[in-house]
Amino acid sequence: MPLQLYIATRKGIWIATANADRTSWSLSQPTFLGTQCHHVVLDPRDRKTLLAASRQWHLGPTVFRSDDGGATWKEAASPPRFPTGEARGRAVDHVFWLTPSTADEPEVWYAGTSPKGLFRSEDGGRSWEPVAGFNDHPEQLKWIGGDKDETPDGGKLHSIIVDPRDPKHLYLSMSGGGTFESTDRGADWRPLNSGVAMDFAPPKDDGTEYPYGHDPHCVILHPQRPDRLWMQNHCGIYRLDRPSDRWERVGKNMPSEIGDVGFGVVSHPRDPDTAWVFPMDGGGNWPRTPIDGKPAVYVTRDAGASWTRQDTGFPREQAWWTVKRQAMCLDAGDPVGLYFGTTNGEIWASIDEGSSFRCIIPHLPHVYSVTSGEPA
Amino acid sequence: MPRVIVPTQLRGYTAGKDEVRAEGATLDEILVDLDRQFPGFRFRVIDEQNRVRRHIILFVGQERQEDLRTPVPPTTDVTIVGALSGG
Repeated sequence: MPLQLYIATRKGIWIATANADRTSWSLSQPTFLGTQCHHVVLDPRDRKTLLAASRQWHLGPTVFRSDDGGATWKEAASPPRFPTGEARGRAVDHVFWLTPSTADEPEVWYAGTSPKGLFRSEDGGRSWEPVAGFNDHPEQLKWIGGDKDETPDGGKLHSIIVDPRDPKHLYLSMSGGGTFESTDRGADWRPLNSGVAMDFAPPKDDGTEYPYGHDPHCVILHPQRPDRLWMQNHCGIYRLDRPSDRWERVGKNMPSEIGDVGFGVVSHPRDPDTAWVFPMDGGGNWPRTPIDGKPAVYVTRDAGASWTRQDTGFPREQAWWTVKRQAMCLDAGDPVGLYFGTTNGEIWASIDEGSSFRCIIPHLPHVYSVTSGEPA
Repeated sequence: MPRVIVPTQLRGYTAGKDEVRAEGATLDEILVDLDRQFPGFRFRVIDEQNRVRRHIILFVGQERQEDLRTPVPPTTDVTIVGALSGG
């Protein structure tokens, strides 16, 4: 099957299908029209199953599963939910993030929610259980902070990562809260934020770092070099090469007039030193729009030591949309294709690794996420 | 057996029916019976802490009710309303 893009928006889901050379795209009719959808992911293990995180505004959060490429969908029999009667009285507002585990656990998926919660399915997304090792961790209330540590529409648990070598090795990130790691399949967790700036908090008198409370916007792991992670944070772009625990702010190598604020980060599927970001204006009132209204992607091909502007095909001025943290993705082609969706409902594509872009789909609702896949 | 008026948002669970019948002497019992008939229905009306969802309003007769222990006489309608939302 050809390449597809799975587009989740504030008003439903669309699937775009490419022709063989990725120059022409056909767009499906909407699914779940009128329903807020944060993430749609094709299972890379069977390249058949799709999971979708949705919240109909009246009916609340759930997860849908499709076994036929999105033609039909079935709601989870037991969607992600906190334990009834728990002392903290939490209720899931929306499911924000979906991550499949490795091929060693073909039916396992993880979900991240707002308010910040981690959930696991052992049966392909049909039923979900809270991961108590995180949600009820004795330190968790300190890690997640309070109402002031949330994004405008609620705190987010996102960027759930399963180490492709070991499904017991997990990472997750929270806005806000920081990045955390588990080596026992989620039974216990520890912060992993050394080296990450937290400009919104006063420096500590003793010069030490805050261990948590940071605001990672998106964290990814390179599938071919699983010890390499990239992070786009509220306070910069970072790279981490394990076993080091200290993030390096490679965003300091971005042009100073652009800065290193943004939401998403993606890395070349065959080259761990290559990554793309989409800088957003982090000055003043934090507008999170292209700097000076001039959209541009920045690419590094040397692990963050230098960055190159890519803006061919973009509007030259007066473009004020935002690209959200889940709304940028790559394909596995050669050259790699780069895709992103905007808050004004456009899908843009480059099939030459960012050298040029064009708008392939206009007029969708506010785009929350764009993922890619090649169904079997 | 009380009649339940189903809003458009929930008719995906009731095979398109805009009204159904449910057994029960309280709102809670009515919702349990609706979930038995239409799996998943209850969790779309109330959250996991048994709170009526933010944009759902329940009427017993012509009175808005939030308390699931509210009695429902057998000849009284329960109306589920999709409240102001969207945009």
